[in-house]
Amino acid sequence: MNIYRSHVLICGGTGCTSSKSDKLQKEFQNLIQKKDLDKEVKVVRTGCFGLCEAGPIVIVYPEGSFYSQIKLEDVEEIVEEHLLKGVVVKRLLYKGAISEEAIKSIYEVDFYKKQERIALKNCGVISPEDIYEYIAFDGYMGLAKALTEMSPEEVIKVVTESGLRGRGGAGFPTGLKWNFAAKATGNEKYVLCNADEGDPGAFMDRSILEGDPHSVIEAMSLAGYAIGSNQGYVYVRAEYPIAVQRLQIAINQAREKGLLGKNILGTGFDFDMEIRLGAGAFVCGEETALIASIEGERGMPRNKPPFPANKGLWQKPSLINNVETYANIPQIMLKGVDWFKSIGTEKSSGTKVFALGGKIENTGLVEIPMGTPLRKVIYDIGGGIPNGKEFKAVQTGGPSGGCITADHLDTPIDFDSLVALGSMMGSGGMIVMDEDNCMVDIARFFLDFTVEESCGKCNPCREGTQRMLEILERITEGKGEVEDIDKLERLAKTIKDTSLCGLGQTAPNPVLSTLKYFRHEYEAHVIDKTCPAGQCKALLDYFITDKCKGCTKCARVCPSSCITGKVKEIHSINNKLCIKCGACMEACPFDAIILK
Amino acid sequence: MKSIEELRKVKEESLKRINLRKDREEGTRIVVSMDTCGIAAGARSILMSLLDEVNKRDLKDVTVTQTGCIGACNLEPVFEVYKPGEEKVTYVHMTLEKAKQVMEEHIINGKIVQEYTIGSNQ
Repeated sequence: MNIYRSHVLICGGTGCTSSKSDKLQKEFQNLIQKKDLDKEVKVVRTGCFGLCEAGPIVIVYPEGSFYSQIKLEDVEEIVEEHLLKGVVVKRLLYKGAISEEAIKSIYEVDFYKKQERIALKNCGVISPEDIYEYIAFDGYMGLAKALTEMSPEEVIKVVTESGLRGRGGAGFPTGLKWNFAAKATGNEKYVLCNADEGDPGAFMDRSILEGDPHSVIEAMSLAGYAIGSNQGYVYVRAEYPIAVQRLQIAINQAREKGLLGKNILGTGFDFDMEIRLGAGAFVCGEETALIASIEGERGMPRNKPPFPANKGLWQKPSLINNVETYANIPQIMLKGVDWFKSIGTEKSSGTKVFALGGKIENTGLVEIPMGTPLRKVIYDIGGGIPNGKEFKAVQTGGPSGGCITADHLDTPIDFDSLVALGSMMGSGGMIVMDEDNCMVDIARFFLDFTVEESCGKCNPCREGTQRMLEILERITEGKGEVEDIDKLERLAKTIKDTSLCGLGQTAPNPVLSTLKYFRHEYEAHVIDKTCPAGQCKALLDYFITDKCKGCTKCARVCPSSCITGKVKEIHSINNKLCIKCGACMEACPFDAIILK
Repeated sequence: MKSIEELRKVKEESLKRINLRKDREEGTRIVVSMDTCGIAAGARSILMSLLDEVNKRDLKDVTVTQTGCIGACNLEPVFEVYKPGEEKVTYVHMTLEKAKQVMEEHIINGKIVQEYTIGSNQ
């Protein structure tokens, strides 16, 4: 066994891969070989580090040096200076890793220091394609402990007492679910993993599968032991090619090492699993639709009950959990109930992974204890709002959730507090909005998504969301009437009450919550015909300010010839003729044209 | 893997390979000066031999890292030992044999090898 003095970890998450981290890896390997360091320095491709904003990311151990936004031509300097001569290349370090001339390791950077990583523990630390690295950091020990020291009932007891709740959205107690599936009668049962992550802006499940696929395999085996099942299926969307590939490699390796298959660890327990690819329909994240899709049927939900725990896949009892939920389980087994309960709040124990996006400095993945105030996530970890803009609201739970305003920034985040605010945890997408975002337009954006993704089985969702979208479009185009707001509210409540599945039941949430907190913006659109945030183009007019030098460029590009003015004199726009194409604004070299 | 014992063994062995990625604030750090002059004087083989010893003896709380020139080029190869609660000790004019001796006497048994320190060699 060769021991290396230094490890170069290169992020292989989807974000960094799309900024060419695979080429970086080759370049590192190439140059390390050239310098004859290949027996001393190891290059490892890992999963997502979480700080996607700073990608592609390279970490050099044992120092823990945190290099960010590394380009191909920077590699030589790192190899020459750091790996050969031992001098950290300061100019390439992440900006948060240098303070008062002292260099911080990755663990000391604010973004990481303020997090608590359980589900993402191994992401960015191990190679997801090497089962030994997972085993080195206690991998499969939780399964080994359960199989040798605990009865299935005891495993379920631990999960129940830990207070773990489903991380996929609704926060249903996981132990209870396991208990239902264990009690269900049937000679054959299935363990399913819901990796059909569909919220725009959420990518935690993808990152776990890409960075630590074995944690999901281990947890599903544990679930199999607990409920009496020997077969698992992971339902993952084909849009996640890296996740699918790494999960398949992990399954193969686990089989090879006897950690999946017959007689696992000599205990007589059999468990195996397979991947099922989805085509990326949002509705397939709903459990009954997901089951239909695995069966080869069209992905549509059905009525509940019967619940999947009693009649699931092929009418057999099935346990279905989300990726992040599973990723917590091996460590709960290993470290115990008290440890897990010591993190988070009384009713929501443990941590939650959030995908931070939108108007925020540090776009990426963060894992924090439940009960952390929103302010800490957005300002301390997320780095605040870029360009000195004012925070307006944050959308949690994607198209099924709602917005939370500045007044509630100090609310501790957990399942129940978010519901109380009219939003929901959802899978953990957090889209931050600043003063430039129009809330009516945001509601329209999410409705547009749900209309597209509605499966069409039930009328309220199929027709209702379509009608809501039409009203919202009308409002943002300046054709809305005062009654539209009430109509919208009535429709939203009806759809919520009468839809068949979670998709329809939650689709009106973005509208209801923006109506609750930003009704004045809706009213400005329909009564005053203005958009306070300056987003809805149809409600805005172009003006030429006195910055105009009279160069005539705007007049020449205007397709409707509505700009007049003499050379070297301030021009003006005839707003009656203007078609609001914005060509003049783009053409103006003096930034003299504004929208108001 | 056929048993939990086997899994434990695999774990112990694998951990040695990637132990250096763990977040550690305690423990001993050996820092080898690896600039151009150090490398020319043979610092690389010393670095590798230290690593080898750490691994062979399974010293989990010892990390071996490198640094740039410390400015004492005539004293190369040089390495520094940082133990918690102790002053930094700088060893100079190192050879493979001397490095091994430092490993045994200082790193493991906590007794500084005075004759090789920078103070005795200036």
